[in-house]
Amino acid sequence: MIDVNALIGPYPFRHVPHPDPEILVRVLDREGLQSAWVGHLPSAFHRDPGAGNGELYKALEPFASRLRPVPVVRPDWPHWERSLHTAASAGAPAVRVYPPQWGLGPHDAGMRDLAIAAGEQGMATLLTVRFEDLRQRHPMDGAGDLAAAAIRDLARAGNAVRLVVTAAGREMIEEVHWSLTYEEQRRVFWDISWIWGPPEDHLAKLFRTVGAERFVFGTHWPMRLTQTPRANLDLLPDDVRGAVLADAATICSAATDRTVQRSQ
Amino acid sequence: MIDTRAVAPAAGPLIDAHAHFYHAGAGRSDWADVNAARFRAGEQMGITYHVASVLGSYGFSSPTYFPSPNDVTTGNDVMLALCVAEPERVRMFVTVNPNYTSHALAEIDRCVARGAIGIKLLASRRADDPLLDPIADVAAARGLPVLHHIWQHRRREWPSQEISDGADLARLADRHGGATFILAHIGGGGDYMHTFPAVADSPNIYPDLSGSGVDRGMLDSAIEALGTERLLWGSDLTMCTGLAKLRALDAIGLGELEIANMRWRNAVRIFPAGSFPRATAPGGVPA
Repeated sequence: MIDVNALIGPYPFRHVPHPDPEILVRVLDREGLQSAWVGHLPSAFHRDPGAGNGELYKALEPFASRLRPVPVVRPDWPHWERSLHTAASAGAPAVRVYPPQWGLGPHDAGMRDLAIAAGEQGMATLLTVRFEDLRQRHPMDGAGDLAAAAIRDLARAGNAVRLVVTAAGREMIEEVHWSLTYEEQRRVFWDISWIWGPPEDHLAKLFRTVGAERFVFGTHWPMRLTQTPRANLDLLPDDVRGAVLADAATICSAATDRTVQRSQ
Repeated sequence: MIDTRAVAPAAGPLIDAHAHFYHAGAGRSDWADVNAARFRAGEQMGITYHVASVLGSYGFSSPTYFPSPNDVTTGNDVMLALCVAEPERVRMFVTVNPNYTSHALAEIDRCVARGAIGIKLLASRRADDPLLDPIADVAAARGLPVLHHIWQHRRREWPSQEISDGADLARLADRHGGATFILAHIGGGGDYMHTFPAVADSPNIYPDLSGSGVDRGMLDSAIEALGTERLLWGSDLTMCTGLAKLRALDAIGLGELEIANMRWRNAVRIFPAGSFPRATAPGGVPA
């Protein structure tokens, strides 16, 4: 199992204990996780993500077999294509984007271009609905949650697009999923870090309706308890217990296969 | 029937100090499924007792946090019936709205006579309001813990409730040193880092760990600020986060006794004697 939603580095609005790659590797061992896609938490709040990406690549180097970098690429920044190329060269399985933090609206053309370009280079575009519960945010943290409309817009952008949406809840997932065609639905994967289990059983309901194959394992470490998604899976009712999540390792291979076919 | 798919660390009894059940008058057709899911997950997690309340009609015929007297009574009747139907695993908080003092006191009398072991206060009135005094007096006199809905750091008014925070509850608790208060869901929204110092000097306040919030560091901070003798495990509306917290408690290097304090020993200590006959340490040793 791969944790698609891990980060390293401090968070600007509260203390996060030990957000370090060596600790993350120990957590992966404890939780029985094979590897993690790892972003750089402070970069979400930087204007220019370049320096943070550099720190990320360097910090993960000693743990390359377990921790794969997911750098930030900002499509309204000059030469973002070069950053994307660097990410691909570094073996990134995805790139992180933060439209609300950058003030980019849900129909931003640059975001669409980036999502398509990332998919064509074999990388998913990883979106974060929220870092913290809306009810606890710092007064200066005014970006707000990612809008469902922004996810829809990217999912409709083209065949090559692959989205991994983290920290979404049931309502947002349902809103986006049922607003897409079958083809578009297959471009979107949801991490389970922020979906509730019993007694409301949101995760079970989503597995029955949307399908477990649309979901991937994510913890939101170091912001949240790593134990939560596994606990959620363990508490599934019998009819969906044993449901198989999507294999994060193959998310983009389908997209790149299709891109190759299209270009031939 | 015990669910064989045990998923929680095996560490003796487990008392959920913050649970809720639904009913036909709650305005949702799946109410029975939600109740059944709580029992199903409870079996898996090893919950020995669900200490639960019904919050009126949950907004169907009066607001969840401002329930009408009729809805309060209906909800309490549902809880009383559930305690009769599930005597081995369900215990009851009697819910009251302090704006209706005589009704609230009568409900406490009526439900405690039939087995309620605590009082549930929502957000119908600020925690430090004098209208809560007669309820706190009764709670102290009868040894009934008061579970009070709390927002962690009230920076403004929130819609549909007259919300209180740890500092508000501390003022009530300080006026009623003989009563015991359970501060609801440190993971239930707001800033728990404000709550811990706000209640640290009020030893009769016991925060529960429930709530959908599972911030890494929250449990460690709570234990550091208050000690394991002041914390109660609970699940509220998200049992998955309750299980995650159980597993996290196991992972942060606590001793057996410290974990037992939060799992069940503190609850046994603060609720009326004899409330939890099945909650004993391995070997049958009581708390």
